[in-house]
Amino acid sequence: MADATILQAWLLSFCYFTTVMTLKMPYEFIADQTSNYVLPKLPYDYKDLEPFIDEATVRVHHLGHHAAYTKKMNIALEQWTADSEVAHSMSLAQKPILDILIGLDDVPKKYKSSIQNNGGGYVNHNFYWSVMSPNPNLDDREPVNQLGDDIVKAFGNFSNFKALFTQEALSLFGSGCYVWLSRNPIENGKLVISKTTNQDSPLTDELQPILVIDVWEHAYYIKHQNLRPKYVSDWWNLVDWSLVEEIDNWWKGPNYDYHEEL
Amino acid sequence: MLSATATVIKSVPKSVGALGTLVSRLNHTLPDLPYDFNALEPTISAEIMRIHYTKHHATYVNNLNIAEEKLAEAMETKNVNQVIQLQPALKFNGGGHINHSIFWQVLSPNGGGEPSGDLMEVIKRDFGSFEAMKTELSNASVAVQGSGWGWLGFNPVSKRLRVATCANQDPLQPTTGLVPLFGIDVWEHAYYLQYKNVRPDYLKAIWNVVNWDKVAQNLHDATMAC
Repeated sequence: MADATILQAWLLSFCYFTTVMTLKMPYEFIADQTSNYVLPKLPYDYKDLEPFIDEATVRVHHLGHHAAYTKKMNIALEQWTADSEVAHSMSLAQKPILDILIGLDDVPKKYKSSIQNNGGGYVNHNFYWSVMSPNPNLDDREPVNQLGDDIVKAFGNFSNFKALFTQEALSLFGSGCYVWLSRNPIENGKLVISKTTNQDSPLTDELQPILVIDVWEHAYYIKHQNLRPKYVSDWWNLVDWSLVEEIDNWWKGPNYDYHEEL
Repeated sequence: MLSATATVIKSVPKSVGALGTLVSRLNHTLPDLPYDFNALEPTISAEIMRIHYTKHHATYVNNLNIAEEKLAEAMETKNVNQVIQLQPALKFNGGGHINHSIFWQVLSPNGGGEPSGDLMEVIKRDFGSFEAMKTELSNASVAVQGSGWGWLGFNPVSKRLRVATCANQDPLQPTTGLVPLFGIDVWEHAYYLQYKNVRPDYLKAIWNVVNWDKVAQNLHDATMAC
């Protein structure tokens, strides 16, 4: 019977391993397909971000807002690729949404606004879900390795970085914004904090985003109401620096090589 | 009648130079809400009204007073850079205060139905029908990206009614020249707790609480001012 138990344990580990290995992170969807995008599954259950972000918010945010952007983006892309009047833009239309947002200025006027809002909405939320993980034990989380060093180099220390990022998130005049940490390729990958309004993307500024917070009211209103500062401070508990590091490495890796095409 | 319950920062008189005495320091306060928090149910929930009024609007009032204090100091010290740097805060908080003050007045528990008299005539003249105006304003408000307001405005030059939208808390008149008659707050905080992401449902429902008497008064005042 001991053999059977060992076999069971091995099988369970194998299944877990393969599930974890094959679970695609939301951000990966932006670069490897060109049409019929699906709403990416979240890497955690809806209730798993409690107590920092409540289950109801995660549900509506994902199944309501993010899903709507996905659907409308697919419609806009379909209309664009079927439109013979703008045949000159077809090569862009048939690229992954990542490349389309980078080349947003070349999207035909007819479709630009819809792609900017809905494509941006799709991509921004893909990043947002990808940088968080459950933190039930209230672990202190900090970046390490190269990313940790680069943050210190760019901002003095981690506390300083958090303070600057938080300040951006709280100083926005309006709702409907995001704050980003990105690498700037033309400055040798220097880390920069920036913000975008509505569903604009730092990709359009040719930045490589690795961390983002959604500060649209819908991201926090059910639990935090008008208390945006509390939401931002709660959100820091969910930031998973190993995932941020993964995205950082993804930009450098073989999955993404737009620089070679330039 | 609900009295203002939010704290308001009072201006503390400072010793200022001659220039300072020319700068009048307005001390803004939260206006009274003309009805109880639950008065607009089921269209707008009591919870939304309470937070919207005592938190959001109150914050605009407080921050407007703070910004104006800083503006007075900047003007006294002839710090033009600072004066200009304060403009976003003035626009945002001043606009927020203006917009919400209008909003509470153009909603009413006894509202809904249709306008009458001059207002109805002008709506029909400029939109074809009341339904056409409702559709245009609703669609424009639903389509606002991010945060902002939908407005029925009066153009004092052409004397015509127009539908317009503004982003964030940009106030209608300084931004477009239109005089605000009726506005719909489409910031998510205005409807989220009740309608979640279904902004169109909020837009359908809000017509049940429009205070047409007040809107008619706004039109009358705007016309008289020309």
